[in-house]
Amino acid sequence: MKKKTIATLLTLAFAVSMIGCGQAKTEAPAETATEAESTEAADAAETEESVEETTEATEETVEETTEETAEETTEEATDAAEDTEAATGDVMSHDDFAAADLDAEVTVETYVQAKQGWWEKDGVGVATFYTQAEDGAYFLYNMPCSEEDYAKLEQGTKIKVTGYKTEWEGEVEIIDATYEIEDGSFVAEAEDVTADLASDSIIDHQNEFVSFTDMTVEASKDADGNEVAFLYNYDGSGSQGDDLYFNVSADGNTYTFTVESYLCDKDSDVYKAAEALNVGDKVDMEGFLYWYQGVNPHITKVTVK
Amino acid sequence: MMPNFCNKKSIKKIALAAAMVLTVAINGLALTACHGSKEARGFEIPESFDENKKIEITFWAKNDTNKTQTRIYEKAIKNFEELYPNVDVTIRLYTDYGKIYNDVITNIATDTTPNVCITYPDHIATYMTGADTVEPLDDLFADEKYGLGGSELKYDAPTIDEIVPEFLSECKIGGSHYAIPYMRSTEACYVNKDFVEQLGFEMPEVLTWDFVWEVSEAALAKNEDGTYKLNGQKVMIPFIYKSTDNMMIQMLKQQGAGYSNDKGDIELFSDDTKASLMTIAEHAKTGAFSTFKISGYPANFLNAGQCIFAVDSTAGSTWMGSKAPLRDIAEDKVVDFETVVYPIPQYYSKDGELLDDSIKAAGGRYAMISQGPSICIFNKEDPQVVLASWLFAQYMLTNDVQMAYAETEGYVPVTTKAQESAEYKDYLNRAGEDNSTYYDVKIAATKLLLDNQRYTFVTSVFNGSTSLRDAAGALIENVTKSVRRKKEVDDDFIVKLYDDTRSLYHLDSGSAVNAGKADLGELPEESKWLIRILIGAWVLIGAYFFYSRKSGKISKE
Repeated sequence: MKKKTIATLLTLAFAVSMIGCGQAKTEAPAETATEAESTEAADAAETEESVEETTEATEETVEETTEETAEETTEEATDAAEDTEAATGDVMSHDDFAAADLDAEVTVETYVQAKQGWWEKDGVGVATFYTQAEDGAYFLYNMPCSEEDYAKLEQGTKIKVTGYKTEWEGEVEIIDATYEIEDGSFVAEAEDVTADLASDSIIDHQNEFVSFTDMTVEASKDADGNEVAFLYNYDGSGSQGDDLYFNVSADGNTYTFTVESYLCDKDSDVYKAAEALNVGDKVDMEGFLYWYQGVNPHITKVTVK
Repeated sequence: MMPNFCNKKSIKKIALAAAMVLTVAINGLALTACHGSKEARGFEIPESFDENKKIEITFWAKNDTNKTQTRIYEKAIKNFEELYPNVDVTIRLYTDYGKIYNDVITNIATDTTPNVCITYPDHIATYMTGADTVEPLDDLFADEKYGLGGSELKYDAPTIDEIVPEFLSECKIGGSHYAIPYMRSTEACYVNKDFVEQLGFEMPEVLTWDFVWEVSEAALAKNEDGTYKLNGQKVMIPFIYKSTDNMMIQMLKQQGAGYSNDKGDIELFSDDTKASLMTIAEHAKTGAFSTFKISGYPANFLNAGQCIFAVDSTAGSTWMGSKAPLRDIAEDKVVDFETVVYPIPQYYSKDGELLDDSIKAAGGRYAMISQGPSICIFNKEDPQVVLASWLFAQYMLTNDVQMAYAETEGYVPVTTKAQESAEYKDYLNRAGEDNSTYYDVKIAATKLLLDNQRYTFVTSVFNGSTSLRDAAGALIENVTKSVRRKKEVDDDFIVKLYDDTRSLYHLDSGSAVNAGKADLGELPEESKWLIRILIGAWVLIGAYFFYSRKSGKISKE
C-alpha cells in the first residue's frame, strides 16, 4: 500500500513537473524560449558533453546563421539586380549632369574605370565605382550590385546609371543608383592636371582619371612631431592596410594625396611604392580626382624619378 | 547455470531497480531541463594564475582615428606585460565599431575570435548566438584573488563599488555581466552662440527642439545673390545631426514613447515615431536640417560657419569649435565664433518640465543617451588564457589608463576611483588653459556627462537590437533624403517606409528577437513549484530507501 502511494505520488510529481516545464516554454515569448533552449544546450554540454561537442554546437549555430544570411543576401542581391531594369531615365550629358540640382534624379551612360571592394550593406551587396565617359566622370557611391555583376563590371564596361546627384564634403557623386550593362567599352587616358591644381578650374576634372608630374614629396608630421613621408590614416593613427596619406607639392602649394585602401590595398604596387617614398622625392602619379574638402586624389600609380 | 530471472521475485526486483533507474534518470533530465534559466558559466577560474606559462592574447581595439589613443593602448599593453612577463598582448586597431563587429562574427565560425575586444553590448548579444562564446564575468568580478580589486592583482584595480553603477549595468545581458565598461560618452549639441544672437535670439537655459527648429528656420534667409544673410556664404545647414539612430532613440525617450522593451519587443514603428519623422521632414524640406550621411561631418560645417547646431558625440569634441585642436578643413575656411556646449535638444512641457517620467523621477533634467566602448573577453579552451584575458581587461580600468584615455576626447572615466582622483579633478579645473589637453569645449563636453551620468539611459540589448538601431537611423535618413528629392512625405509614405524598413532590417515580426537575450527576470511561479515538487520527490525517494533498508524489505525480497 505504501509503495503504491509513493509510486503514485512520484508519478504525480513528475506529471506535474512535465506540465510545469511545458507551460513555462509555451508561455514564454519566442525569444525567451530560444534563449532557454540555447542555455539548456550550453548547460548540458557543460555538465555531460565534451568540449568538442560544444564547439560543434557553436559552429552549427554560426553556420546556420551564416547560411540564412547568405540566402537572404542572395535574394536581396537578386532583387537589386532586378532593380537595375529601372535605370531607364533620359540619358544626360556631363554638362547636363553638372547643371542638375543636388538631389535631382540623373541618368548617365558611363564606363567603369576602377572599383572599390564589393561588400554588404544592410544585407545588400554594394560597391563604389570610379567611372568616366568621353565628356566627364562620375563617382558611383555604394551602388547596389550582386557579387556576380561586380565581377563583370571590369575596367571599360559601359553602364547606364540612374540615381541621385548628391554632394558629400564637396565630392559630387551619384547615390542610390541602379544600372544596366550596355555594349561598348572605353578606358580613359590620364590627363595631366598638375598645372590646374591651384586653380578653381580643377573642380571641372572632379572624379576624372588624371596624372600629376614632377611633384615633390613633402614631409607629414606624425603625432610625435616627427617628419615622415607618409602616414597610415590622416594622422598616423592607423597601421599598414589602412588608407595611406602623403603630401606632395607643385608650384609652392602642398596637397594631400591618398592611397585609398579599398581601391588599392596593401599588396598593390602603388601602396608599396608610397610606403617607400622619401621626403624630397620627385614623383609622377596617376589616380582619380576625388574630393574631400578640396582636392584629395585617390592615387593608383606612383613613379619615383 | 543461467540465472532464472523469470520468477515473480525477480520480476519485482527488476521492476523496482528499473523504476529507481528511471526515477533517477527522469529526475536528472528534469533538473537538467530546469537549468534552462541559468546562464552558461563558461570556465572554471583557476586556483592561481600560472606565471610560468607563456600566454599570448589578442586585443581588438577601437580608436577614434586618434594617434594619442593608439599610444595609450600601446603604453597600457607595455605596462601590463611588465607586470605579467609571461603574457604577450597583440593589439589590432580599428577605427570603426562596425568593422570589429563584422570581424568577430566572421571569426566565431572558425573559433578565431580575439581574447579581449572593445565592443558594444548590442554586439555581444549577437556574439552570444554561439554558446559559450563570450565569457560571463560575474564569477570573475567576485573572485577573491583575481576579481575586481582582488588580493592577487599586481596593480591597483577598482573594486566593483568603484565602477559607476549605471555604466556597469549597461553591460548586463539576461542577468549576467558580459562586459566591463571602458569609456563613456554621450551626445552634445555644439552651438555657434554668435549666430544665435545675430538672429535675435538669446541662448536658452535648456535647449529645446522647438528652439532649435525656430532658430534654424530663421537662419535660412538669403541675400539677392543667393548667399545666406547670416554667413554671407552659399552654404548654410543650420542643424546637422551626426548619428540619426541616436537622434530617433532620444527623441522617443524624451517624449516617453516606445522604442523597444526588455523583452526585445519592437515599438519603433509607431505614431510617435511618425510624428517625429514628419517634424524632421518639415525642416529637412526647407534645408534647415541635414545629417552626416547626407551632407558630411557636423564639425566641418560648424567650424566653417555653415552650421549653428551641430550634434555629435562628446567623444568628438576635440573637432568642435573654431579653436579645435583637430580639424578637417583648411585654416582659411575656419571662422571665429564662441562655441557653447549643450545637452542635445530636449522635449519639455510648457511648464518647463522634462516629459520623460523615469528620468524626471530620478532627478535628471535631461534625457541623454549613454554610449561608449565596453570590453568583453572571449571564452577559450585554456582557463589560464581566459584568466590572462580578464587580468588585461581589468587592467584597462586602472586609473592611469582611464584618465589618460578619457582626456584624449570628451570621454568620462567609468570608475569613481578615477573620476574622484585629485589628478582628474585638477584636469577638469584647468579648462581653457590651452587648446589641446585643456581645450575648453572638450572639458565642457566631459562635464556634461559627468554631471548627468546618473540619469543617462541606454536601450535594451538583445539579439537584433543592432538592426533595430540601424533601422531607427534609416527612418530619419530616408525621410530627409526623400523630401530633398521633392517626394511627398505623407501617411502613405510612412506606411511604405515602415514596411520597407522592417523588411530590410529583418524586423518583420512583432519582436526583433529570434534568438534573443532579453532579461528573463525572476523565475515564474510554475517553475518555482516545479523545483519544490522535485525536491519533495527526492526527499520521498530518500525516505523510502532508508525505510526499506531499515525494515529489510529490499534484501528480503
